Amino acid sequence: MLLIACPYCGERAETEFSYGGEAGIARPKDPHALSDEQWADYLFMRKNSRGMHRELWNHAQGCRRWFEVERDTVSYVIKECYEIATPATSRDNQSRAD
Amino acid sequence: MQTNRLDTGGRIDRSKPAGFRFDGRKLQGYTGDTLASALLANGVSIVGRSFKLHRPRGIVGSGAEEPNAIMQIGNGASTCPNLRATQVELYDGLIARTTKGWPGVNYDIAAINDVFGRIFSAGFYYKTFMRPQSLWHVYEKFIRRSAGFGRAPAAADPDKYEHLNAHCDVLIAGGGPAGLAAALAAGRAGARVIIADEQNEFGGNLLATAATLDGAPASDWVQQTTAELSAMDNVTALPRSTVFGYFDSNFLTIAERCTDHLPAIERSGSRERVWRVRAAQVVLAQGAFERPLVFCNNDRPGIMLASAVSTYINRYAVRTGERAVVFTNNDSAYQTAIDLQRAGADVAIVDSRRSSAGATAAIATGIPVLSGHVVVDTVGRKGIKAVRVGRWSGDATQTVDATITIDCDVLAMSGGWSPAVHLQSQAGGRNEWNDELQCFVPGESPQENRVAGSGRGKWSLSDCLEDGLGAGKDAASRSGYTPVDVEAPNVDTEEPASMEPLWRVPASQPPDRCPKQFIDYQNDTSVADVRLAAREGYCNVEHVKRYTALGFGTDQGKLGNINGMAVLAESLGKSIPEVGTTTFRPAYTPVTFGALAGENVGELFDPVRTTALHECHEAAGAPFEVVGQWHRPWYFPQPGEDLHAAVNRECLATRNSLGIMDASTLGKIDVRGPDAVEFLERIYTHNIGKMSVGRCAYGVLLGEDGMLMDDGVMARLGEQRFYLTTTTGGAAAVLSWLELWLQTEWPELDVFLTSLTDQFSTIAVAGPNSRRLLMKIGCDVDLDNAGFPFMSVRDAELAGMPVQLFRVSFSGELAFEINLSSSDAPRMWRTLMQAGEEFGITPYGTETMHVLRAEKGFVIIGQDTDGSVSPVDAGMSWLLSKEKDFLGKRSLSRPDCAREDRKQLVGVLSADGTTVLREGAQLVEDPHARQPVPMCGHVMSSYYSACLGHPIALGLVAGGRSKKGETLYAMQSDGSSTAVKIVSPVFYDPKSERQND
Ligand SMILES: [Zn+2]
Repeated sequence: MLLIACPYCGERAETEFSYGGEAGIARPKDPHALSDEQWADYLFMRKNSRGMHRELWNHAQGCRRWFEVERDTVSYVIKECYEIATPATSRDNQSRAD
Repeated sequence: MQTNRLDTGGRIDRSKPAGFRFDGRKLQGYTGDTLASALLANGVSIVGRSFKLHRPRGIVGSGAEEPNAIMQIGNGASTCPNLRATQVELYDGLIARTTKGWPGVNYDIAAINDVFGRIFSAGFYYKTFMRPQSLWHVYEKFIRRSAGFGRAPAAADPDKYEHLNAHCDVLIAGGGPAGLAAALAAGRAGARVIIADEQNEFGGNLLATAATLDGAPASDWVQQTTAELSAMDNVTALPRSTVFGYFDSNFLTIAERCTDHLPAIERSGSRERVWRVRAAQVVLAQGAFERPLVFCNNDRPGIMLASAVSTYINRYAVRTGERAVVFTNNDSAYQTAIDLQRAGADVAIVDSRRSSAGATAAIATGIPVLSGHVVVDTVGRKGIKAVRVGRWSGDATQTVDATITIDCDVLAMSGGWSPAVHLQSQAGGRNEWNDELQCFVPGESPQENRVAGSGRGKWSLSDCLEDGLGAGKDAASRSGYTPVDVEAPNVDTEEPASMEPLWRVPASQPPDRCPKQFIDYQNDTSVADVRLAAREGYCNVEHVKRYTALGFGTDQGKLGNINGMAVLAESLGKSIPEVGTTTFRPAYTPVTFGALAGENVGELFDPVRTTALHECHEAAGAPFEVVGQWHRPWYFPQPGEDLHAAVNRECLATRNSLGIMDASTLGKIDVRGPDAVEFLERIYTHNIGKMSVGRCAYGVLLGEDGMLMDDGVMARLGEQRFYLTTTTGGAAAVLSWLELWLQTEWPELDVFLTSLTDQFSTIAVAGPNSRRLLMKIGCDVDLDNAGFPFMSVRDAELAGMPVQLFRVSFSGELAFEINLSSSDAPRMWRTLMQAGEEFGITPYGTETMHVLRAEKGFVIIGQDTDGSVSPVDAGMSWLLSKEKDFLGKRSLSRPDCAREDRKQLVGVLSADGTTVLREGAQLVEDPHARQPVPMCGHVMSSYYSACLGHPIALGLVAGGRSKKGETLYAMQSDGSSTAVKIVSPVFYDPKSERQND
């Protein structure tokens, strides 16, 4: 069971959180300007990384805040947890749809 | 008679005899015995029959690795199957039964399998019993009965189990020399330590060795150390506690057996306790398992691990035989020979190596040693009588002729040692092959841990102690404590520890024709089976495991896996590390369901949510339906009524006069802020900006894939304030969904969301007399159509209580929903019930609610939809704004969403007018079509409508809206079918005049 450091509350057990999938997928500004393929890419295609993975977590049983986690999908070791609103400069927006 | 009991020595208490029963036989041991040592003391040699071939089997080991002595302990509801006799502490009154072998271990009808052993080879079950599959259920009964691993009790478990959360700086798994040393080092440094050991006493191998520390028996050092540890406030020492799981972020689970070692009358409190530990640092000191050797008929009762033979002598004062042969490829078994000799047995040693330090020492004590020899085969059906020994060429591909026969009644074997890498592997660590040690040792770990002692190939006692101290210091310092110097005790005589690999002893015939050479005793997996698997193309160790059942048993291959991998490697012409290990998963040893469940049984199985009106419903005698975690009244039966009678009455009363329902479980979310309108516009499909204050709207929200996700009523309470309801089951998910978008995608929007689900209760009154009822109890707002039209909301005072009054309807009738503080709700309910008497007010539950809404064709998200239904499919196109974007809108124009033949919401009527269709029934065009019959839809909701006088149903049918009037067939579970007609989903009041009344 992961120990996740909520940026707002501190370290808590995984059971307090819910998972939100891959992070950094920006919603296209004008969905209707996209082709079906581009929209499907935004909708369905995910990296499924082996190794470091940026993902969303929600402190559902706590402060209810969503935040980002960088986690190794092989070892499950969490490298960092941080607020959505303050992405570090090194974390360029990796979305492919906008 | 304890014929094999020694007069002196051991850690048993001869003043405390313990009587026990074994398969009905009355036997006696002593307190301090395990069931296994007591059985051996009594000369019981056969403790089970093997799984497949039903060969008699005896005790092989002395701990967790035991594959054969699997017992059922106790009687009645508290009985526990699948316990290893080597780990069951003896107590007075213990009842044990063998679990393998029917009708009994000494007379086993299925032993005939052994005669046909050659056809009963690897993959036999797959090849024979899986085809034809229709016969599997016949075979299965036979196999299960004749295999047998004990029986689960039929009655509910009367015992108590508990879970305990704990945190510590250093968790130490294993309390042998390395573990105790680590605890001493970490404890003295001041770290909060938990040390757990699966046995009744700490000390591990130190309790079973003849070695001395600082000139005194090793057990003295154990006693001093455990005394010091238990005096430390920062150390928690847990005996009888198995660390069975190692999960992410240093989360480990420990099963502590609290009372199973006590006679029944002395038991109190929890039977088992599962510790859920989050540790900053972990020390794994689980030790190593001795390997058996692989030769013909190596499974006869009396053939045991050398270390087990020593343990029974030194710890339990049991000499398992009088004439012993020790067969080894390494030095550690020489100590067993000396232990046997000291206990008065005749001993001979067969060593596959040509020379060794151990042999020189043994010969000096007068023990005959056959160096460069191997045990090729054994004699004795129900117990070993002799071994056949031959000269070993060192080449496993050659055959070996047995030239010498040695009579014996015990064979102690040692194939070297394998570190117990289980927990480290569970933690995500890799195992690395060490060529010098000829074993897998734990490699790098992704977690904060370290392995100490023989668990990483430190074979000598002094190395184990030093390694443990080092690990304890390191763990303490990494968790922020200053390590202190701790002296290791001096090991007086250091034993040599060299070995030469011997994975398989060749026989006088080729390996596939010789008598069985067992690798996995519990599953009867032999050398020939593994070689057959390799020949049939199984080259991955995980596949070989599943094909041959190697390592599949309750011992999880603790004993035999390494030999199996070596034999596979040889067959494939690969090295052992190239073949690799199978995956180690929790639990390390079996854990009872009781322990895993803990207190989460019965009433505490799942949290129960009840509304503020729950007691009113209980008093009215309503049965409850579980919706999510909510317990909602299902229907309100009057004397003599069943579900259908009650629901029919409730429906008619509501349609004709007045019904009342507790709708408190609906999710309620308060949305407020300057950007509330903009935010909701992006989420919901309808136009929010156009709603005026005081108005309500039905709203749906979609996933980005365009599919219906949830629905509810949205009320505009102010320019910047809204109130949303969600479905009962969707409350948490909708809030989380709204927060997701607000926090991650649109943080610039100034909006706050608050859940009000528990703070407010909701009472719905429905029916033509609902307005009259509210007026009667005193309402300070005008309730007529002009002042309070359908789909509007007012703050009001009702019967003197402040309420939020909604004019909305989920039944199609004139109806109101009263939203009020949960503390006022019971008083309001009683007031309404009393005042409603003159209108025949009728409380109704979820079932009537379902019928009433289905009569109107209102869908329930999650019942009538399944995540693949779009609002267009559900006939809700009118809800979709053309003037704005909203979540999921783009998906509705994807080609798949625009298909004409998507499944669409329709009404379904049985043609005979009487059959209530089964929910879930498939709809087909031609029930007699060739199988598989093409399916064109299914029934989602189906009820009898008392108001209409016939059954109704809602269905999803491919292209259904253009099929109205057509006939389809609903399939029944017995294969018959019922003709149905496709109609509009709105069965009642199609113009919706009643709710506007
Ligand atoms: Zn938090």
